[in-house]
Amino acid sequence: MGVGDPSGMGMAHALASSMGGIKTAGDLVARMQLTKMRLPEAKRHVADKLGVSVFDLSDSAVMRTLREALDIGVVTGVPGVAKGLEAKVRIADLLGVTIPCVERLKRKMAR
Amino acid sequence: MSTILTRMGDAATVEMTPDQLRRDLVEGSEAAAAKGRIPALEEREVDYLLDMFASPSRVWGVERGHEAVLTKDGSANTIYSSRLSSGVAAPLGREAAVRLFETAFAFDTMEVGHTDYSVKPAKFLATLEREHVELLQQVTILPLFYGFMPNLGLYYRPEGPFPNPSDLLPQGKIAEAREAQEQALEACRADIVWLSRQMIEATTDGLNYDTVASTGDADFLAALQACETVTSTTGHPVEIGMASEMVLGFHGELEYDGVRLAGLWPHQQLKLAEKAGAAIFGPVVNTNTRKSCAWNVARAVTFVKAVTAAAAIPIHANVGLGVGGVPMCEVAPADMVTRASAAMIEIGRADGL
Repeated sequence: MGVGDPSGMGMAHALASSMGGIKTAGDLVARMQLTKMRLPEAKRHVADKLGVSVFDLSDSAVMRTLREALDIGVVTGVPGVAKGLEAKVRIADLLGVTIPCVERLKRKMAR
Repeated sequence: MSTILTRMGDAATVEMTPDQLRRDLVEGSEAAAAKGRIPALEEREVDYLLDMFASPSRVWGVERGHEAVLTKDGSANTIYSSRLSSGVAAPLGREAAVRLFETAFAFDTMEVGHTDYSVKPAKFLATLEREHVELLQQVTILPLFYGFMPNLGLYYRPEGPFPNPSDLLPQGKIAEAREAQEQALEACRADIVWLSRQMIEATTDGLNYDTVASTGDADFLAALQACETVTSTTGHPVEIGMASEMVLGFHGELEYDGVRLAGLWPHQQLKLAEKAGAAIFGPVVNTNTRKSCAWNVARAVTFVKAVTAAAAIPIHANVGLGVGGVPMCEVAPADMVTRASAAMIEIGRADGL
């Protein structure tokens, strides 16, 4: 993105253009981009896995409910919902991707 | 005739007529086309930009459904560091700041990075850096990078062990300056690979080599070679973000995969980043402070459109202070940041920022 003061740069870009991170499905689409998928392909992959439309991926009203139902972490503080690494274990299964810290957790548990 | 309030590249407010605005948009695009030998914007794309700049709305944004992915350079420095990173020196530690980016700011990705952000000082604190990555991976959900810049300049005297080309070149010692750069880039490359492996061990989701080529073609070569080594041996994703629009030829003769690095423009840099195995490429287009933001945004998106048209990997265009059509000033005005942001995605077809 680039450097700048938090409200003038980071928040401005987040509101103007970004998917919305764990408020929506931004983190999930970003994970697919790490596998070299361009944006349309990454969005399509995530939408198919979640059973929603590509349009829904950036809709916080849709994704807030769906993320809690899938138990993959939500942006607000909700007791009982998967947090951090717990959520990523489920995301790795859901998207069919390898997440390094999840793999390490598996190695630790197998000892 | 009605006039439009917009800004210059230094963020100063300026009043322009619609005709002046359109002329700046066309000339900005044509300037990029001439420099990069790439297509200028089409009429409908200029029309979009004209509507965007002519709108009195304080902020602009992409059409619903066109949202893209954000990756962040500079880690959370903007929260806890000083003005050297546009930071607001908030009383927060790095871990708390990263978590704020995930929740309060709803960022798509985030990264951990040393406050200096250069690989040379960061390597001495690798144990601390690893620990923070590992701790944050326990509690965050979003993809977490580790970011740093090669910053080859730190390898030259007085900060580093190698003779400084900036001292040698004015003396006409071109061969000595080139030798110093070749030695320094080897040391830098080794440091990038070593720190990358440390952070892969720490289970980071990706590596962000940022501000690449800030010290010219030798800096770029160090990053490309390191990226090739890391990606070919580990398969770990690497993002390469550039420092400026053209690779400066401080050395002048360095090549990667048979391509001379000096003088490469963004769409040409992309091809080498892909060959090196990069997962994401971040092109930069510099802002000209003497031109209007309309001229700068049109020029920037013309360059980025040429990159995205040729790309096989996601493109995250740089839109920080003084690049990508964003004005060059210490605190960014949201009216121009949001316009540059949207234009990069709607016209530049960027996969992210």
